[in-house]
Amino acid sequence: MAKGVWIVAEQRYGAYRKISFELASTARKLADQLGEEVGAVLLGSGIEGIAGELGKYGVDKVYIADNALLEPYTTDAHAAAVARLVKEKDPSILLLGASVQGKDLSARLVGKLATGMATDCVDVKIVDGKLLALRPMYAGKCYGEVVTSSFPQMASLRPNVFPAVENSKTPEVIKFDPGLDPGQLKTKVLEVQKDTAGKVDLTEANIIVSGGRGMKGPENYVIIEELADVIGATVGASRAAVDAGWRPQKDQVGQTGKVVSPNLYIACGISGAIQHLAGMGTSKYIVAINKDPDAPIFARADYGIVDDLFKIVPELTKEVKKLLA
Amino acid sequence: MNIVACVKQVPDTETLIKVKPDGSGIDEVGIKWVMNPYDEFGVEEALKLKEKFGGDVTIVSLGPARALETIRTALAMGADKGIHISDPAFDGADAYTVANALATAIKSIPHDIIFCGQRAIDDDSGQVGAIVAEFLNIPQVTLVTKVDIEGASIKVIRPIEGAQLLIESSLPCLVTAQKGLNEPRYASLPGIMKAKKKPVDVKDAAALSISIDVKAKIAKTLPPPARPPGKIICGEDPAEKARELARLLREEAKVI
Repeated sequence: MAKGVWIVAEQRYGAYRKISFELASTARKLADQLGEEVGAVLLGSGIEGIAGELGKYGVDKVYIADNALLEPYTTDAHAAAVARLVKEKDPSILLLGASVQGKDLSARLVGKLATGMATDCVDVKIVDGKLLALRPMYAGKCYGEVVTSSFPQMASLRPNVFPAVENSKTPEVIKFDPGLDPGQLKTKVLEVQKDTAGKVDLTEANIIVSGGRGMKGPENYVIIEELADVIGATVGASRAAVDAGWRPQKDQVGQTGKVVSPNLYIACGISGAIQHLAGMGTSKYIVAINKDPDAPIFARADYGIVDDLFKIVPELTKEVKKLLA
Repeated sequence: MNIVACVKQVPDTETLIKVKPDGSGIDEVGIKWVMNPYDEFGVEEALKLKEKFGGDVTIVSLGPARALETIRTALAMGADKGIHISDPAFDGADAYTVANALATAIKSIPHDIIFCGQRAIDDDSGQVGAIVAEFLNIPQVTLVTKVDIEGASIKVIRPIEGAQLLIESSLPCLVTAQKGLNEPRYASLPGIMKAKKKPVDVKDAAALSISIDVKAKIAKTLPPPARPPGKIICGEDPAEKARELARLLREEAKVI
């Protein structure tokens, strides 16, 4: 009888990524409704020291495999290790983050565990003892409620949507043998090329300031960058700006770019096409600055200013600087 | 080289999506159907490999009768043949079921490399590629922006949060394509004419000998959650508007 709400924690270079705490807190909430335990799977090398930390977010048991073959992440090693443990322990629910790694791993696990999964969920709850997951589809133009009839019921959670709620448990830390055969590991990470040092990735940013077609050219992004510096934001761009060659592909927010969910998204000179909204629609607060009063983005914005962004943005930078001084 | 590219027919991204009142799905009337944009990158990369190494490109697609048009588009771009898996029994199929069908079809042909889009822009699920790789017991590299084949191995670039990874994999391997991998070619008129004569093998569930057991179901389709209306900030001049916005972000939204 499948029992237990489990997560696969994500760590990089020996520190948890924020999504791990969001996963743990969500699992805790679901487990409390079911009267079950929260288990976490932690994989890596030299990570024994961080296992206990998950107790701060409500985890009862941390299953840890500490093995050189698990660092850095490869699909083969991590999927084999998690699947092996899950088949043995039979949790009823398995949650992962819809991060780059989480999406790669969770999809492979669906295959290994012959089950069903709801990807990139914005809400999960228990209804009649089963996991009901809410997720955007068609670039967020509609939503689906997904139920899985098999175990474990899998879901990947969109980062920055679920709260990380502090708890205080001392978890039981249980070591397990991932059962890895080096001959079975068919991929190898040859090189890690880090992006510009010190910049928070868009998908992890709390605040994003984005520029679109209204920026009129690459040289004008300096005003966006100045606002971003003062407000503590990462700079994003719309597809129009990326296709015009003004900003790199990795800065693109939208349906064919990155999906972001910051606390604050400031859209400058972005009309708000549905494909852009698909990438930032779950932001907690949306600000739109655009001189076109009919720009669709105003329908989605919490705060809007219909005015010339070249006048507004530098003033906003001044005002925020004053406020934060 | 034996190259496979999986494609899915999806609604065009400009489509106005209407949810049926009973929540059973979306209204398909008037939809313009296209090849999933991410699959286009996969087809293009398959064709580039064929141009470099020789061999052939097989397009595999699961979908209703209208999906044949998308297979023809890939053939018009330059692929050699297609396998169209079509059966009403696949209606409402989940990722595991779709992947099972695709993998079964692919198992029947030689395959050195398989391309899939990183996700389909209708369900935005992104699972099928990985599950196909699992069924075929081959490695996967997902969200790839560059492919280089060197002998019996493949090297790819894969962006992650804050970095790009250079990953090497053995072949055969499954690659899911991300935007930036290439610029998909348009089908030429001669290509479109030639495509009409290229072979497309149609298979139903019985022909694949697979049982259909859908585990993940969309219990209900809903319109997007309503956002409360926002406020337009007025003021005498840009400085005043900016000041008011900063104040609201600090005192009301509490995000700065």
